[in-house]
Amino acid sequence: MRKLILCLAGLMMVGPALAAGGGDVVLKHKDWSFSGPFGSFDQAAMQRGFQAYVEVCSGCHSLDYVSFRNLADLGYNEAEIKAIAAQYEVEDGPNDDGDMFMRAALPADRFPAPYPNKNAARAANNGAYPPDLSLIAKARANGPDYLYSLLTSYVDAPGDKEVPDGMYYNSAYSGHLIAMPQPLYGDDVTYADGADSSVEAISADLVSFFAWTAEPALEKRKRTGVAVVAFLLILSAMSFGAMRFIWADVKK
Amino acid sequence: MSASKFSNPVVRWIDHRLPIFSFLEHEANEYPTPKNLNYFWNFGSLAGISLVIMIVTGITLAMSYTAHVDYAFESVERIMRDVNHGWLLRYIHMNGASFFFIVVFIHIFRGLYYGSYKAPRELLWMLGVVILLLMMATAFMGYVLPWGQMSFWGATVITNLFSAIPFVGESIVTWLWGGFSVDNPTLNRFFALHYLMPFLIVGVVILHLVALHRFGSNNPLGIDTRGPQDTLPFHPYYTIKDFFGLSVFLTFLAAAVFFFPNFLGHPDNYIPADPLQTPAHIVPEWYFLPFYAILRAVPDKLGGVLAMFGAIAILFVLPWLDRSPVRSARFRPLFKIFFWILVIDCIVLGYVGAKPAEGMYLLVGRVATVWYFVHFLAILPLLSVIETPRPLPQSISTPVFGGGGGLAGAVAAPKEKL
Ligand code: HEC
Ligand code: HEM
Repeated sequence: MRKLILCLAGLMMVGPALAAGGGDVVLKHKDWSFSGPFGSFDQAAMQRGFQAYVEVCSGCHSLDYVSFRNLADLGYNEAEIKAIAAQYEVEDGPNDDGDMFMRAALPADRFPAPYPNKNAARAANNGAYPPDLSLIAKARANGPDYLYSLLTSYVDAPGDKEVPDGMYYNSAYSGHLIAMPQPLYGDDVTYADGADSSVEAISADLVSFFAWTAEPALEKRKRTGVAVVAFLLILSAMSFGAMRFIWADVKK
Repeated sequence: MSASKFSNPVVRWIDHRLPIFSFLEHEANEYPTPKNLNYFWNFGSLAGISLVIMIVTGITLAMSYTAHVDYAFESVERIMRDVNHGWLLRYIHMNGASFFFIVVFIHIFRGLYYGSYKAPRELLWMLGVVILLLMMATAFMGYVLPWGQMSFWGATVITNLFSAIPFVGESIVTWLWGGFSVDNPTLNRFFALHYLMPFLIVGVVILHLVALHRFGSNNPLGIDTRGPQDTLPFHPYYTIKDFFGLSVFLTFLAAAVFFFPNFLGHPDNYIPADPLQTPAHIVPEWYFLPFYAILRAVPDKLGGVLAMFGAIAILFVLPWLDRSPVRSARFRPLFKIFFWILVIDCIVLGYVGAKPAEGMYLLVGRVATVWYFVHFLAILPLLSVIETPRPLPQSISTPVFGGGGGLAGAVAAPKEKL
């Protein structure tokens, strides 16, 4: 009968793994600072990733669920956040005359999107829609590894593969033909801390940043989890002892 | 019911007029429980606690959730980001649903193994099957609420099944949707029903418990208790054992919630629903996969729907398919083998359900589907006739095997109660 538990546990592990199977691509794996039960974010990498997002990706991709105030998690102080927000303009209103107007963004505002709507985004990108990136690290199987692989896998198409106009060959993308032109070539950004700006390094920084935008509570979740699980293990041990004590006089 | 049972005068005063304390005393303290229950008997109380966890986290989620196609996805993200501990509530609710099903599936297979569905517990068993159906409906509608890609397309595929009903199918689907596709009216009614159904489950759970307390728990030997030497008062013996089980259960749940919260989910549900873009593979939540496999195993749409619902409906009549008077598989050598084959069959169905319905998978799915029905409709009735059970012990406290006499006793026992 004990086998039953194992079998059902097996079923529960196998099901989703199969369902989420990536298919025809082998992903490049990296040991991310945020993976594992004790994982945490690397603030310096996130700041670099943020810079790369702003300077390279934000022209096409929105970041709808992130507000400027959230940047505090990256280690920016209030004044820095205000200054970052002030570089953006957002629409507000209506004012007393009933008109909408533009004003400098405040920390409470969300990141403005590059396009006013989906159709405008499509029209500007050959009919392909550049998805919002806030949740991208959770919206793909093995998100972090996938993102890293996608950004670093623009390679020459094999001779027999025809690449239509407006499409690009990427060996990590399912089907290998993606409508996003290669975004990174190396030295696309100049990091203030002088960190490596190869394609691989920028990609890894971007992954750190997007892991955070997808799951800002990750560190808190894992820290709480260690305490909660430790408590529950002790509780289990104590209640097991109490059970043995109470059952001691029962004849089998 | 003597009031003197309680020394506290306030308790005595209340109990005389409203005998809730007598009731609790009777149900918890005096309620005699077989003393030989193993850990598989923990899963009933775990299921009850899972239901409470779902209701508490669900109601708090509902305080920040918006049931509108334009805001649902965003409101769930606000819960994850801006609501204090919203991520915790949502991850508990999300993983809690999976754990609820794990617990209930083990609970059901426990019943299958130890023959808990047999007389005099047929209604108890059938009420359990009703709970399973209600849970499935609740979880299905809950999964639609975050309005991700899988929410939308899962809802579309499953509601479309009803179009297989001859003549009125299409009208029924339109009626379910409240329109001509899964849209805002659908989301609204699913939210209303998702809020309602857990409380219906609470009602059926109460009936389930009333039926349970009529004859008490079955036990691993599957024989009736023969007096006080076979039983223990529920409290403190089983309260502490259930508490221990709960601690272990919560440890597993916490490990999932805090360290692998999205492991059982599908990444596509973090993409907002888009009616214009169909995902490559539409897969239901893992707990529906065996049923999904049965649905797709039948080439005909209506046939598939009937087979899928039939797979559950068959459980209602199980007490009359398995006529063997011996309950526990421990004393049924053949039944035991077929039980394990059934378990494997269900796992195979779950595996196939996650795969595209083509080629080898389809073939395996069909064989497994046929086997599922053969098990219940042919093998169990046949076994009741041809199987020679091993001798039963005379009672729980005397593990002495009474030769043929023990078996005769067991045969007589259920009849007494009829
Ligand atoms: C010139 C506009 C443009 C720029 C700049 C750009 N992208 Fe894209 N991106 C697109 C388009 C268009 C798509 C949709 C591709 C498709 O559907 O084939 C896309 C798709 C994606 C996807 C989704 C791939 C998938 O699995 O569906 C990711 C992830 C992504 N981009 C990341 C980035 C990152 C990170 C950057 C910055 C380094 C970036 N993009 C810069 C236009 C752009
Ligand atoms: C039998 C008990 C219940 C089950 C099995 C269940 C199941 C589910 C499931 C599977 C989801 C989708 C989770 C996700 O992927 O995000 C969900 C979401 C939701 N449920 Fe429940 N639920 C139950 C009880 C309740 C109750 C009582 C409420 C109270 C109103 C509730 C409110 C919600 C809300 C608001 C959501 C959307 C938020 C979200 O998706 O996280 N649930 N439920």
